[in-house]
Amino acid sequence: MSDTPTLELRGISKHFGSVQALSEVDFFVHDGEVMALVGDNGAGKSTVIKCVAGIYTIDGGEVFFEGKPVTIHGPKDAGRLGIEVVYQDLALCDNLDVVQNMYLGREAHDVVYRLREPEMELKTQETLASLSVTTVRSIRQPVATLSGGQRQSVAVARAVMWNSRVVILDEPTAALGVAQTRQVLDLVKRLAEQGLAVVIVSHNLHDIFEVANRITVLRLGRDVGVYDRAKTTQQEIVSAITAGVPTKVAGVAEEVEA
Amino acid sequence: MSTAAPPEVQQVAAEEQGGLGGFLRARFEALRSGDVGSLPVIIGIVAITVFFTVKANIFFTAVNFDNLIPQMAGVTTIAIGVVFVLLIGEIDLSIGFLSGVAGVVVAELQMPGSGHDLPGLIAIALAILAGMVIGGIQGSFVAFLGVPSFVVTLAGLLAWQGVIIKALGTQGVIGIQDKQINDVANYVLAKNVGWILAIVFVVGFAGAAVGGQIKRRRAGLRAGNPILMLIRVVFWCGLAFAVVAVCNHSRGVPFAGLLIVFLTVLGTYVATRTTFGRHVYAVGGNAEAARRAGINVKLIRILVFMISGAMAALGGIIFASRLNSVDLTAGGGTILLDAISAAVIGGTSLFGGRGFVKAALFGGLIIGMISNGVDLVGYSDSTKYITTAVILLSAVTLDTVLRRRQAAAGR
Ligand SMILES: Nc1ncnc2c1ncn2[C@@H]1O[C@H](COP(=O)(O)OP(=O)(O)O)[C@@H](O)[C@H]1O
Ligand SMILES: [Mg+2]
Repeated sequence: MSDTPTLELRGISKHFGSVQALSEVDFFVHDGEVMALVGDNGAGKSTVIKCVAGIYTIDGGEVFFEGKPVTIHGPKDAGRLGIEVVYQDLALCDNLDVVQNMYLGREAHDVVYRLREPEMELKTQETLASLSVTTVRSIRQPVATLSGGQRQSVAVARAVMWNSRVVILDEPTAALGVAQTRQVLDLVKRLAEQGLAVVIVSHNLHDIFEVANRITVLRLGRDVGVYDRAKTTQQEIVSAITAGVPTKVAGVAEEVEA
Repeated sequence: MSTAAPPEVQQVAAEEQGGLGGFLRARFEALRSGDVGSLPVIIGIVAITVFFTVKANIFFTAVNFDNLIPQMAGVTTIAIGVVFVLLIGEIDLSIGFLSGVAGVVVAELQMPGSGHDLPGLIAIALAILAGMVIGGIQGSFVAFLGVPSFVVTLAGLLAWQGVIIKALGTQGVIGIQDKQINDVANYVLAKNVGWILAIVFVVGFAGAAVGGQIKRRRAGLRAGNPILMLIRVVFWCGLAFAVVAVCNHSRGVPFAGLLIVFLTVLGTYVATRTTFGRHVYAVGGNAEAARRAGINVKLIRILVFMISGAMAALGGIIFASRLNSVDLTAGGGTILLDAISAAVIGGTSLFGGRGFVKAALFGGLIIGMISNGVDLVGYSDSTKYITTAVILLSAVTLDTVLRRRQAAAGR
């Protein structure tokens, strides 16, 4: 784990009309580390992620990738940096099949933009196999025919197929059963072991304490603090989520008492 | 079945639901859950043929079929553009009068003694370009400003009708003497040329089908069952030869027929085998997902409206060519509804993301057969309007109900 974070946000702000969704949020994640992002509904977790992914442009603040300042204007920019996101709503096209969704927006093609179907199908097979996704009967069936867990697997597989550096998962287990949640959590750990920087959003503190190295708490669009998993308790996190005070306000200690 | 995939992939997808023996079972299951494929089209064509043959003996003859092709060519061409627009989940109501504008442009540009009596092919190219630019402008309102396409193109419908009336002035009609322009709808290919084209089609089609399978096999992927592929090839090639045989029994294959088949094949290729086509389906399936995947959704929308404008223009040129003139009725009547009906009847969903370019060809055939048959039997225009309306409403209702059913079946 190097000292420079792979991805770092400093003082990020974002508003929608009169709603200040994020104010001066700091956030970071290192290679080989799982950073959890937690907070109540509406705290701004998905908004942070979409700012990083280039879906929203930030109003203020800076983004650093491997210590260098970067501007992310769109999803393509994020992809080029190696930032991959599994969105809360999965962002799959129901009318397209598994292969087509895996390569959405990044189709393999030749010089005259003809699709290279065999190449895409093979790589999809490989990726799904490497993630031990075995329940999908045909990767040529539209994702509309898949179960919630299978769709989740496709969305996750899509994010890890691209030699990514940073993988961000927004509530990846919310729709899953016990066994599938287990698979996703194992995958998250494996990605970090492979040296990737992983960010996971979840409401399940039990899961988070199992996989995360550190936990960032958001409350009402502000970051309340970063906690080391080894040095904190679920109780402390819960009270930070519900009553945490932003660290940026002068005179307030970083640690929040339970 | 994902309609965005090329045929060899669709075949494999169908077979993977349960092997060759399970293929028919899989099709039956798909049918029950609302994926009816081309069944309504086939039933429609058979029913219409039987009905009009009973009513008018001349309906089911080679001569009439030979006449039908140029009659359906204009609407079919416009409908190809409609398929693309429906695939991205939008609508284009301007295509009728836009086709009329293109007719006026082409007639005006070729007019002898007007100071710009351009050669036919150049006039045609400029008219198509005009349609493309107009489509691009309308599409920009949709893509950049988010104005509903329904409203933008409804305004277009009115505006282009106004332009036609203004352009034709008090005289109200422009005759077309240019041979190249008049040939578009009226030229008939020599009989041996027709046979040669059938052979070219067969070689190309079979080559593509076999090539697709070989490519998959080489890559170590499961290739479709060769027998099923053979059936598909034999069916389409048989159809091609049958069409040429029937036409040659009369005067020969109309050039307009060659044109619509070419446009259908080209459109299918673009839709299923290029990144652009894939992005069109993606935008129609889930525009937000497409945007997050880095697809330039605005650009795709504008390009699709440009295709729609260009195809409408070409359709308008075919209409003008058929009449050897344009008049104040250009682009009006049932053209708009016929073109949209053709795309929908052929199996393109109004809800975006599902459909085939070939839907335009088969839907156009059905619409053309009704119009042709109604004329032959001697029913009035009122009958034609009501029949087309009923068929359009049925097609849209079918689409809506099946969609709900597919959703319920998790498809
Ligand atoms: N596109 C948007 N337009 C307007 N308000 C939004 C939008 N996205 C999020 N918000 C608002 O921003 C706040 C944070 O939302 P979100 O990031 O989705 O929260 P979380 O993911 O933590 O539950 C909420 O108050 C939400 O209503
Ligand atoms: Mg959220």
